[in-house]
Amino acid sequence: MTQHIRTESLGLPDVGGPAQPLLIVRDLKKHFPVRSGLMGKAEKVHAVDGVSFRIGKGETLGIVGESGCGKSTTTRLLLDLTRRDAGEIIFDGRGLGGGRDGISLKELRRGMQMVFQDSSTSLNPRARILDIVMFPLRAAGVDRTKARDRASMLLDRVGLHPHAFGHRFAHELSGGQRQRVNIARALATAPRLVILDEAVSALDKSVEADVLNLLADLKAEEGLTYLFISHDLGVVREVSDRVMVMYLGQIAEIGPAETIYDRPGHPYTRALLAAVPSLDPAKQIAEPPLKGDPPNPINPEPGCRFRARCPYAEGVCKAVDPAPVPVGEVEISCHMCNRASGHSQAADWLDALTKETADA
Amino acid sequence: MTMTQLQSASPSVSAATKAPGYWRSVGQRLMRDRVGIASALVLLAIVVSALAAPLIAPHDPNSGSVMTRLSPIGTPGHLLGTDATGRDILSRLIWGGRLSLLSGITPVVLATLIGGTLGIIAGMSGRLVNGIIMRITDIFFAFPSILLAVAISGVLGNGLGNTLVSLTVVFVPQVLRVAESATVQIARQDYVDAARATTASRLLIMTSQVLPNVLSPILIFATSLIAVSLVVAAGLNFIGLGVAPPAAEWGSMLNELRDAIYINPTLSILPGVMIVATSVCFNLLSDSLGSAMNIRETDK
Repeated sequence: MTQHIRTESLGLPDVGGPAQPLLIVRDLKKHFPVRSGLMGKAEKVHAVDGVSFRIGKGETLGIVGESGCGKSTTTRLLLDLTRRDAGEIIFDGRGLGGGRDGISLKELRRGMQMVFQDSSTSLNPRARILDIVMFPLRAAGVDRTKARDRASMLLDRVGLHPHAFGHRFAHELSGGQRQRVNIARALATAPRLVILDEAVSALDKSVEADVLNLLADLKAEEGLTYLFISHDLGVVREVSDRVMVMYLGQIAEIGPAETIYDRPGHPYTRALLAAVPSLDPAKQIAEPPLKGDPPNPINPEPGCRFRARCPYAEGVCKAVDPAPVPVGEVEISCHMCNRASGHSQAADWLDALTKETADA
Repeated sequence: MTMTQLQSASPSVSAATKAPGYWRSVGQRLMRDRVGIASALVLLAIVVSALAAPLIAPHDPNSGSVMTRLSPIGTPGHLLGTDATGRDILSRLIWGGRLSLLSGITPVVLATLIGGTLGIIAGMSGRLVNGIIMRITDIFFAFPSILLAVAISGVLGNGLGNTLVSLTVVFVPQVLRVAESATVQIARQDYVDAARATTASRLLIMTSQVLPNVLSPILIFATSLIAVSLVVAAGLNFIGLGVAPPAAEWGSMLNELRDAIYINPTLSILPGVMIVATSVCFNLLSDSLGSAMNIRETDK
């Protein structure tokens, strides 16, 4: 009989009911100042530039995109590890810093936790594993004995016997074991939303599968909600209910995972999916669908961020920022998905997309 | 229900918590390092003999007979000979260890406390506080440390207290810089972010996550700094900016025996040997400490 991680004394209560999205993010922005040289003019890296999304209770939202697209910055903004420049964060209907009905940062950090990417740097090298898992509990004011009991229960739940592993140091563990410790620590204060920032990306494929299974079990048994970030498109498809594709600090496309993977509406998503190597000779490609690196998001000019690498770019893409348009259940920020945008291929593109949907 | 869940203990944990902590494992690794043990033993012998000077010194360090001046090493009754005023050199070396070690170690201890604290604060602070602390530190680095020590001692006047103050002032910026760079590097690590993402206070994060990890570079540096401090302190005493004669101190003894170099050169080397030996031992100890504190070397 396994013990539940949920406890009433630590976790936040379900306020809004099942219909209330667990997390609503509105127009999140972070511009990092950079200065070139001593007298150089101050420029801004638009790391996250107007990102809005919501995550339903019990859902897994996957975020994909090339490195530098703002995936990790977004997660850091959510936990206030990096201070956001603008944007609202609403957890279970309560706005962060929203006065009397709002949620305090302390509460938010109990309700939302993160599993970090690099398991070798995310565990204090001079602390024993049990102390590492105990730390969030001690910080939340749980007394030592109870914190120790709960930490060993958590270690047990993630598949590490507390007697065998509790007294060890992080470097005495394998990568997969360290990531299990990371998960146990994230779950210590019984959060409802767990951010998995490339949490399995650094692991061997076989270990990755183990950890993914563990995450799936925990989600099912504890009713967790995941925000799953990865550059591995296959894994994201596997675990996500909905997927959000990011490009240079903005959302290119967001919607149900099946729809986005089967019928990508944004040319960037298409290119990204086409770049996944295939063993099927019929799907082999000679030319890489995306050439070069994404441009530098320093002081971006108006217009679509993807236009420099987009084969369909036109005048309108240079002039106007594409607003997100609903196409079925998916929201796509592309002028070709908006009949009124003035893009010459908009009608053809949309017709093809809806035809694919009808065929499916 | 909640409380019962929290209380239902897994029975195996108490054993796990009794396992040696980090500092215990450092001690164990240090005990396996032969060079470290040897230098620690030499230092222990020097420190104990200095402390037990009244018991073990064969003669009064400050009185001598002119009849037996500049006796060579091996003279019966004066194992290491006598100086120009006939004082027993062995007794003076034993007594001198008190002042030399005191003026070598105390400034480093003080500088480690002051510079370490300021460095950690600077490393964890924002750009403004960090900028203020580090730019002031930079000013001190414009002067060579010995020159700075001489200048401060010259202004303050001679005497043991002033030597300690001037050396502390010289070493604070050096420790501060090491502590700051270590802190900046540690504060960037994911585990500090993970701690920040909990409800922990800044103070708790500093003491539980940052301090244990910056302490080892600071301690390793401080141990090697003692080696420098001993030599600089002896130097101040050599040029007469330290303790007043006739007090025995290795640096001032070196100066007193300088004249004997033409008559009995081996005598004048003795205080220097003590200074160098102590300094080298602290350096070796610092090295051993460095590898004992390196967590990657555990169980190898």
